[in-house]
Amino acid sequence: MANAVPVERAQPAVRASARRQWLAKYARREIVPRLLLIPLCGFYLLPFYWMLVNALKTNEELSIYPPSWFPDEIAWSNFSRAVEVFPFWRFLGNTSLITVFTVIGVALTNPIVAYGFSRIEWPGRDTIFYLVLATVFIPYPALIVALFDIFAQLGWVNTFKPLIVPFFFCFIPSPFWIFLLRQFFLRIPHEISDAARLDGASELRILYQIIMPQSWPALSAVSLFAALHAWNDFLGPLLYLQDTSKYTLSIGLTFFQSQSRYDIQFNLLMAASALVILPVVLIFLSFQRAFVEGVTVSGIK
Amino acid sequence: MVAETIVAPSRAPAKRRGHLRLSRRERRNLAVGLLFISPWLIGFLVFLVYPIVYTIRISFTRYTGFGEPEWIGLDNYRNMLHDDLFWTAVYNTLYYTALAVPIGAVVAMILALAMNQPLPEVPIYRAIIYIPSVIPLFTLTFVYQNLVHPTQGVFNRFLIWLGLPNINWFGDPRYAKLALVLLAQYGAGQVAVIFLAALKGIPASLYEAASLDGASAWRRFWGITLPLMTPVILYDLILGVSLGLQIFTQVYIISGDPPGGPANSTLMYVVYLYNNAFRFGAMGYAAALAWVLFVVTLVLALLIFRSSRWWVHYETT
Repeated sequence: MANAVPVERAQPAVRASARRQWLAKYARREIVPRLLLIPLCGFYLLPFYWMLVNALKTNEELSIYPPSWFPDEIAWSNFSRAVEVFPFWRFLGNTSLITVFTVIGVALTNPIVAYGFSRIEWPGRDTIFYLVLATVFIPYPALIVALFDIFAQLGWVNTFKPLIVPFFFCFIPSPFWIFLLRQFFLRIPHEISDAARLDGASELRILYQIIMPQSWPALSAVSLFAALHAWNDFLGPLLYLQDTSKYTLSIGLTFFQSQSRYDIQFNLLMAASALVILPVVLIFLSFQRAFVEGVTVSGIK
Repeated sequence: MVAETIVAPSRAPAKRRGHLRLSRRERRNLAVGLLFISPWLIGFLVFLVYPIVYTIRISFTRYTGFGEPEWIGLDNYRNMLHDDLFWTAVYNTLYYTALAVPIGAVVAMILALAMNQPLPEVPIYRAIIYIPSVIPLFTLTFVYQNLVHPTQGVFNRFLIWLGLPNINWFGDPRYAKLALVLLAQYGAGQVAVIFLAALKGIPASLYEAASLDGASAWRRFWGITLPLMTPVILYDLILGVSLGLQIFTQVYIISGDPPGGPANSTLMYVVYLYNNAFRFGAMGYAAALAWVLFVVTLVLALLIFRSSRWWVHYETT
């Protein structure tokens, strides 16, 4: 500022270029991302909006062309009708039963296995762990012919057993969850568990009394993933469940909407779907952090 | 060997007994370790290894699912070569995977880069973008099928507004696969969340140094961001291809019974496998298809992994 003349002459240009730079940075940081994100969020929200709108439309309004963006007359009764045209409560009960037992199986065995791969030093451990990770690349559909035949010979077809029992034995995609738990267990300091071991505590006791209480974020993420897997599964129930009374929501709703004799209107299908999604969305929103952290830990090595 | 005995004499007794040179403590740990991983080990043998071996065995037989499998050697594999539907299914599946996976990676990258900016409302975007990957695929498929319906849905209203034709997505063999590729993009949110976490892990000092050297945002993306993201992209590609080859649920719901229409345009590999095993009673042929899927998935994963040496950047420090 002191040597006035040259700066005075340069200033407008400097200021203009600084403003241009500032504008470019502002555009890059605030405007462009929003211009991208807001329409894309519209794309990602559209199915939810469309589901809800159609769940609330009357039968007459469903057939209007072009389709209306908002129902003229809101038909709340679609929800009560939806749970009647489908054996909805039956499907819900079956799905819940499978989900609960899957989570129990996963929560019971995955931490133990993850502990064996992280807190006990044994020769060959890490080599075998690579094998565990490699199994996530085994395509489940490549196993269905054999698994179906094996379960048929055991007399397990048309029961929930083929959908539950494998999860007590770390069936795919359990390796992801074991990996997630293992990464978490590895970060827990060894001092306390070493001290407990010197005091004669068994490994199982160390797991349940020292490691698990410190691992709630990982344990809840894994339980959520397991619950979602069971709740959303389609191919498994399609293969093993035969009586409609045993159907889960996934194959139950699909079966009923595909049979013209039941004549399921689209508004009722959407109402039933909204009821299926509701617990998932609620659980996701309340445990968002566990989800996001879980998926990023198991996604990045 | 000799040197080791001298350096570590305490190990000598175990060695003399010939027990893999393990100390007592190591042997105890091995036993406890194996005991802890035994649920996985049992599952691995019973639900993975045994079915894979069983599949190979059945694939050499004619088998309907009832009675005794009849040994026919390599006939199932030979028939595959002359089976037009097999090749249709292979083509459809590769077509779908080759489009859905790279497009998904690009969409996820755009989403992640946009969410990496310091906007206060990013958690809202992240939730909105992630939720479609969490909800059951069958419900998403129900609503998507209607969204892209030429008369009932709103998707084509946009196309018409843009001056494009009113496409019958799932009624027209030319467009059915593309509609599945678009549907797959609803899963890109999960990949975007993973990419975003990787972006956050890139040290800011690298960008600062590049800025001081006068590198533009464009150059910084190609010079810093993308190279450092390649390990995560590799992971996404390998997993994405593996899952892409397995596409089933959407097709089963959309294309009716038996699934694969219209005009076999959505006859995907696993759909064809399923039809053979559970609709046509050709378990032996389905087992051969399953075994081919298994090998192709592993080979593709390995190829992508091997290719990584040319394009994946590993930190050398």
